[in-house]
Amino acid sequence: MADENNIYYTQGLPVPETPEAGEKPAFWKDTGIVGKRKPRVDAYERLSGTAVYPADLKLPNMIYGAIRRCPYPHAKVTGVDVNKARNMPGVRAIITGDSPEAGYLKWSYQDYEGPLFDPHCRFEGEVVAAVAADTRYQARDAAQAIEITYKELPSLTDYQHALESDVPQIHAKGNLVGRNNYERGDISTGLAEADVVLDQEYNTACQIHTPLEPHGCVANWDGDYLTVWESSQGVYAVQSRLAEILGLPLAKVRVIGHYMGGGFGSKLTPGKYTVLATLLAKKAARPVKMILSREETYLCVGNRPAVSMQLKAGAKKDGTITALDFSCRGPSGAYPGGGTSLVDWLIRDLYTCSNVRCTSEDVYINSGTARPFRAPGHPQGSWALEQMMDTLAEKIGMDPLEIRLKNIPAISQGRGVPYTSSGLKQCIEEGARRFGWHQAVEQARAHNDSRSHIKRGVGMGSCVWYVGGGGPPATVIIRVFRDGSINLNMGASDIGTGTKTVMAMVAAEELGVKPEVIQIEHADTATTQYATPSGGSKTVPTESPTVRNAAIDAKQQLLEMAAADLDVDLADLVYEGTHIASSKDASKRLKVTEISRLKKRGVVVGTGYRGPNPEDKSVNPFAAQFCELEVNTKTGQIKILRFLGAHDSGRVLNRLTYDNQIFGGIVMGIGFGTTEFRQLDSKQTGKLCNDNWSDYKIPTALDVPVNMESLPIEIDDPEANNTGAKGLGEPVTIPTAAAISNALYMATGVRFTQAPVTPMEVCRRLSAHKEA
Amino acid sequence: MCSEYNSNDERQSGISRRDFMKYMGVGAVGVSLSGTAMAGGNNLQPPEKILEAADRVKIRLHINGREQAVLVEPRWTLLYVLRESLGMSGSKEGCGRGECGACTVLIDNQPRYACMTLAVEAEGRHITTLEGLMQGEELGPVQTAFLEEDAFQCGYCSPGQIMAVEGLLRQNPDPSLDDIRTGVSGNLCRCGAYKNIFRAAQKAARLK
Repeated sequence: MADENNIYYTQGLPVPETPEAGEKPAFWKDTGIVGKRKPRVDAYERLSGTAVYPADLKLPNMIYGAIRRCPYPHAKVTGVDVNKARNMPGVRAIITGDSPEAGYLKWSYQDYEGPLFDPHCRFEGEVVAAVAADTRYQARDAAQAIEITYKELPSLTDYQHALESDVPQIHAKGNLVGRNNYERGDISTGLAEADVVLDQEYNTACQIHTPLEPHGCVANWDGDYLTVWESSQGVYAVQSRLAEILGLPLAKVRVIGHYMGGGFGSKLTPGKYTVLATLLAKKAARPVKMILSREETYLCVGNRPAVSMQLKAGAKKDGTITALDFSCRGPSGAYPGGGTSLVDWLIRDLYTCSNVRCTSEDVYINSGTARPFRAPGHPQGSWALEQMMDTLAEKIGMDPLEIRLKNIPAISQGRGVPYTSSGLKQCIEEGARRFGWHQAVEQARAHNDSRSHIKRGVGMGSCVWYVGGGGPPATVIIRVFRDGSINLNMGASDIGTGTKTVMAMVAAEELGVKPEVIQIEHADTATTQYATPSGGSKTVPTESPTVRNAAIDAKQQLLEMAAADLDVDLADLVYEGTHIASSKDASKRLKVTEISRLKKRGVVVGTGYRGPNPEDKSVNPFAAQFCELEVNTKTGQIKILRFLGAHDSGRVLNRLTYDNQIFGGIVMGIGFGTTEFRQLDSKQTGKLCNDNWSDYKIPTALDVPVNMESLPIEIDDPEANNTGAKGLGEPVTIPTAAAISNALYMATGVRFTQAPVTPMEVCRRLSAHKEA
Repeated sequence: MCSEYNSNDERQSGISRRDFMKYMGVGAVGVSLSGTAMAGGNNLQPPEKILEAADRVKIRLHINGREQAVLVEPRWTLLYVLRESLGMSGSKEGCGRGECGACTVLIDNQPRYACMTLAVEAEGRHITTLEGLMQGEELGPVQTAFLEEDAFQCGYCSPGQIMAVEGLLRQNPDPSLDDIRTGVSGNLCRCGAYKNIFRAAQKAARLK
């Protein structure tokens, strides 16, 4: 075994005091490891090619699955003939709605339950049959060779008309998924109090997640024991859904998700493809790899739906917001998927306002069903609210910063309880200072006075994220080996956010060991502890306190063991990392690795549970982002020059991955604001026109600014949890697009209310503006 | 031997779309069993027999300094053969249609999309994959730079980004920022780690 003094333990860094059993640990004041810039603990695997993503997995005897999907947005399957396909080379199993193993299976979307194979196909891409064959090519050939007859039905793909009486009805109960109403105060009073009232429509387009690794899995049966390697954000969520659908005990379903190539909310749950892979594997008696094609991922594994919003707002001359009257309509798709969920949250919660009314209308259309997408609803609502704030500010002659600072809420108005901490004010103030806001505004104005066709603008937006405090349940186990090295066992997935690295740092901080000696076992329902999926910006605030609790439990056990060895009172002992020592008698000192019971047992197991969040308080992250850009008024091309993200996500646990998360969120927001839109052929076929990265544009290396800066606003929040970390992954993409649009307004004098603002949209609006 | 092929010097210097369709034609696929169908284009031979879709041909691929014989269907892409036949899963598939670059490998030192290259086309060429940048068990300089600069999140695009940077540096050891941005512009990163990728490429140029 290695020399633990040099390799396993950090030197010269104080180890946090160990609380007595049942007591809460003290909030870290200073940290030695947490908060530093630490490269990822799994960087080697991900960069050497040794990391096995589900798409990479190759098992003995493994065969390949492919799915045949309905090509129409609305149709009924009238016949499926597999005779030709069955005799094709390499084919080993075919499953259709007529197959005995599939016929009784159900599939659900929120509270809607239907058959796994529904002959009534309500969206392009609905599953009709699945094939497994020796090679992927053979599987796809055979899937295409299945002869299917359809009765085409009239389709509805324009959500704006979904509730009209003469449009196709997608479900027997009609095209309304649901309405959500919220009200506080009195809107008419608020509007009457206002010096300025503005009313504006805003629209955002449907955005597709398109993670680099397509959705998919490998499924394998050992008798009645099912193992699934799923590209997933949460293995326990996949396990529970599969067990429910297939009627299996949870213990008989093992889901593994060590690596996954991006999800952004679209991989929180399994897909029909997962179930089909398990059925094909059973029927063929072989492991089946089922990885969707890129085109399939555009059709049927979720999206951020388009939304049409109307916002009427009133303000006094002093900047007081007196009324916010908001309504929106958007589509869930063919089944309930939270089409307009949380679009109104910023209206309810971000700025002080006594009179608020929100109405959301979620409708069905014939397209793939929505799934949560990084900060569901928020970038859309931000697009409306943040532009409206700037417009109000302009009307009353205020600076955009000033009107926001004037309306910093004292409590969470949406929930009616205080925040544990709010850095909204600091995000705006310190962000603006770091960005050089006032100077940038002046310089842009001076530039725009020249005759150049290149115009310059600066803009900003701020936000709160709906959750981000995490919470129970979560369990983590920390095992201390007899040589002092550590195994950290948690069920949570690392979806690219750096979860594993952060948890290694937290454990290292608490135990006084080097992060490098912590080996992490994670994301496996058979061998790692319960965790909810990595989504909602909750993984760090959920798991990091749990890791800390597990480390403390291990320390307490080691202290007890040492007390017996040293024959001293437990209360006098201090855990110092390398050693355990008596605070009263300098001769009573023992190396951790020399504790007799640790040596005898071989391993000490510490268990941590996630405690409850504070009652009657809300834990939320806040942010403000600032943007400077140029727009070519002849070509419509937007060049984003720089971005700054000032984020209050509580304590920064790893500055390196923290910054990366902010840059990534800004890049995705640039896509949402300027390039990305799903195009359905609404007037004719109803089909998806841009099911690929050539026609659906996400930001490339040439579309993003090199000059991106992260400014953490760290506010101690011991109430939130014992590490003080709040979520980060979602707020980073909320105000980005609105900040861009606000900058575009300054550059051009035109309000771009329809996202994305493509060069064509810029040209169209500028020429309309010129004519007017 | 069909004189049509041998008598025309121009034909020997490359392969036209029409010839390509003859070889890879609809319904049945033909390749030369005796020589290379596509590699270099200097030994273009007519098909000695017409193959059915599922028939496999033996080709030799020169990957990361080793020559490997492999049986492939002529329609299989180099990416499919690397990942599914040879188990070299460092090269990723993100789209299978030449858009995302996750499958980027070097062919004769040039970055190429392995999903847009048939395995039979790659015969006779020098192929370098992510695995080929390793120095034993240690990360190579570009990989090390990606680690230090945190130039990834989920890591699924990283093999392609790394190969694009490696290819760039082999052509241009001291690239400007614009050279780097252009060099990786064929490689999408949905996590949006571009800024750190640029920094990693700059660092890699210093490390190499």
